[in-house]
Amino acid sequence: MLEARAADFSTRSLKREAKRAAIDLAIRCIDLTTLEGKDSPGKVASMCAKAVHPGYGAPAVAAVCVYPSMVAVAKAAVAGSGVKVASVATAFPSGLSALDVKLRDTEAALEAGADEIDMVINRGAFLAGDEQLVTDEIAAVKRLCGDIHVKAILEAGELGSYDAVRRCSDLALEAGADTIKTSTGKIGISATLPIALVMCQSIHAFYRRTGARRGFKAAGGIRASKVALSYLVLIDEVLGGDWLDPDLFRLGASSLLDDLLLQREKERTGRYPSPDIIPKD
Amino acid sequence: MIKSERAAPSSRNGNGAKRTSKGLQYATSRESTPANIAASYGHYIGGAFVPSSGGESFETANPATDEVLSRVAMGTPEDVDRAVAAARKAYERYWQPLKPARRAAYVYRIARAISERARELAVLETLDNGKPIKESRDFDVPMSAAHFFYYAGWADKLEYAARGGRLPHSRGVVGAIVPWNFPLLMAAWKIAPALAAGNTIVLKPAETTPLSALRLAEICADADLPPGVLNIVTGDGVTGAALAAHAGIDKIAFTGSTEVGKAIQRSRAGSRIPITLELGGKAANIVFADAPLDAAIEGIVSGIYFNQGHVCCAGSRLLVQESIHDEVVERLKERIEVLRIGDPLDKNTDIGAINSRAQLDRINELVASGIAEGAVLHSQTAALPGNGCFFPASFFTGVGPGMRIAREEIFGPVLSILTFRTADEAIEKANNTRYGLSAGVWTDKGSKSMYVAGKLKAGVVWCSTFNKFDPSSPFGGYRESGFGREGGLEGLRPYLELAP
Repeated sequence: MLEARAADFSTRSLKREAKRAAIDLAIRCIDLTTLEGKDSPGKVASMCAKAVHPGYGAPAVAAVCVYPSMVAVAKAAVAGSGVKVASVATAFPSGLSALDVKLRDTEAALEAGADEIDMVINRGAFLAGDEQLVTDEIAAVKRLCGDIHVKAILEAGELGSYDAVRRCSDLALEAGADTIKTSTGKIGISATLPIALVMCQSIHAFYRRTGARRGFKAAGGIRASKVALSYLVLIDEVLGGDWLDPDLFRLGASSLLDDLLLQREKERTGRYPSPDIIPKD
Repeated sequence: MIKSERAAPSSRNGNGAKRTSKGLQYATSRESTPANIAASYGHYIGGAFVPSSGGESFETANPATDEVLSRVAMGTPEDVDRAVAAARKAYERYWQPLKPARRAAYVYRIARAISERARELAVLETLDNGKPIKESRDFDVPMSAAHFFYYAGWADKLEYAARGGRLPHSRGVVGAIVPWNFPLLMAAWKIAPALAAGNTIVLKPAETTPLSALRLAEICADADLPPGVLNIVTGDGVTGAALAAHAGIDKIAFTGSTEVGKAIQRSRAGSRIPITLELGGKAANIVFADAPLDAAIEGIVSGIYFNQGHVCCAGSRLLVQESIHDEVVERLKERIEVLRIGDPLDKNTDIGAINSRAQLDRINELVASGIAEGAVLHSQTAALPGNGCFFPASFFTGVGPGMRIAREEIFGPVLSILTFRTADEAIEKANNTRYGLSAGVWTDKGSKSMYVAGKLKAGVVWCSTFNKFDPSSPFGGYRESGFGREGGLEGLRPYLELAP
């Protein structure tokens, strides 16, 4: 039944003005991401430049998302633009280091100037039944980060069921995560609409319980504009229009921006431009 | 709230769901495939469209706009005579002697033609019935084709349909009467097994929704189905009664209200005519505290608001475990706010029009009785379109077990919520009805699911899902929900006679 409802989000029609506005909103909600072993200062700086100026008058993205060792480079590259620097931490992507190593990893990112921390939760502990450890680790990272925004990556594709996704969402929010995030993007199953639906139900339940608005980030495998717009519809219908804001909703992606720019030009001119006009970082 | 004709201005896109200023604005996206409706239709008898013998006709309208779509012939007893005679002749001359594999080919051909003309049929169904295009497009029409595909496969394998090595053969002329909630699909449920089993058929579509059956007649004509194998007589209850009582038919298949079903059975008492009846329901949808609530809420919503609640197997009595009652109510309140009610042809629409003024009156009357008896009504606050028949997605809390809204079929988008404490109490309350068509059980515990499902007196029990259908799966009721099954092997057998 979750899948049936999730499928509906892809059938809503956004056209003309509403589509143009939705495309720009999607761009403003992107965490433009590069998380590869081959990331180099040059690549990161180039991506950051595109994050600030995607081209063709498009708005800047919300943030760039990089490994801790690249935070300093990214920070310098986006300085003064308003684009934030998010860093993955806590032994991304597996999260299977000792807690002190994870905290040190986080600390390094903070020292380099990260504005946001994308931490991975301990899926091994969750699947072994140790929910306390999962909660404690998230709480420890949040304590270390203070006012810095913490996104807890559930890696939903490893959790095995929607119930487990819901349980982890609840745990992460209770432990103090500012945002819950679907995936690392490093495994086969990343963000899907039904997974997002379950996670947003948890965020909504938390809001109802406490009055506090927590954020959602869909990440991994989102490449097409149409899919990104489906996520906006989901957010709108499940959490409400207040969540359609970069403070509460993010799309973690590397190539999605290119397609959004392409569709943006198509909406503007009425024709599909050549993909070659989209700047490559 | 219960006055549905209140002058509510429709919002810009016809869908009045309340949006925050920051929310997305969906574009109206009307399905534009033309439905090609003729100004008038006769009966389809003996392979041709013929006028009523009485010369009378009646209007069929779009319930979303009140606009008249067409005029169709009013069937008289003479028209029924002609149709039954045409079916008899076709049975004896063409259909019964035909090689079974050839019959299969015809039924396949109809299935393919429905698939090929799916979009047109969906628009036609939505115009005549009022259901949202996303349902006619994604459910009614593909499921109709699926029934023809499924039963086509049986046509030359009938000897496997009987137990104990008895040889089955066709019965003769089938008289079928179908309701307005799924006009094409209910016709398909009867025509497909009837033809595959070697019978010919006279079908009477519902008074308010005759157009898709007439389109199906055109499709069958295009498929070169021999004249008289399928006959359609349009009309009202009098026409239906004439067909049900006709001496020339060999089997009656009826889907509709319990009241009419009883009348048919009374009129046929003492005759040897086999009857299958698929009647009303007041299904219990049981939600335990350990259910996955995110999914259960969607199941509750689909269970009652699918097709505006015009569903005989709708989960219209929600039995929720007391400990989670408040949470479920809160979540349902939020959920119905984002259901989009309005223009049925708009692809964004979740809830379309109530099929007729008469049905809207019945819903209003029952809802008023619920309020008068002390239940509390919660409705979505979206503005309803200014004209046409609409009723907002609604549910009742504080429902007592003796209230009419807990016992009678509302057949509209109105849910009654009751509570229970233990599994046995849930079973007792679920079975405490004169109906028994369907039920739902929501729990994460497999053993409890099986225990409860086994004790529910309902023809279909959905576990942790709702409203799932398949042509190979039998569907039918207990008690006053009727008898006989449709779909699957069980749905084929009523159309076959077994050699002694």
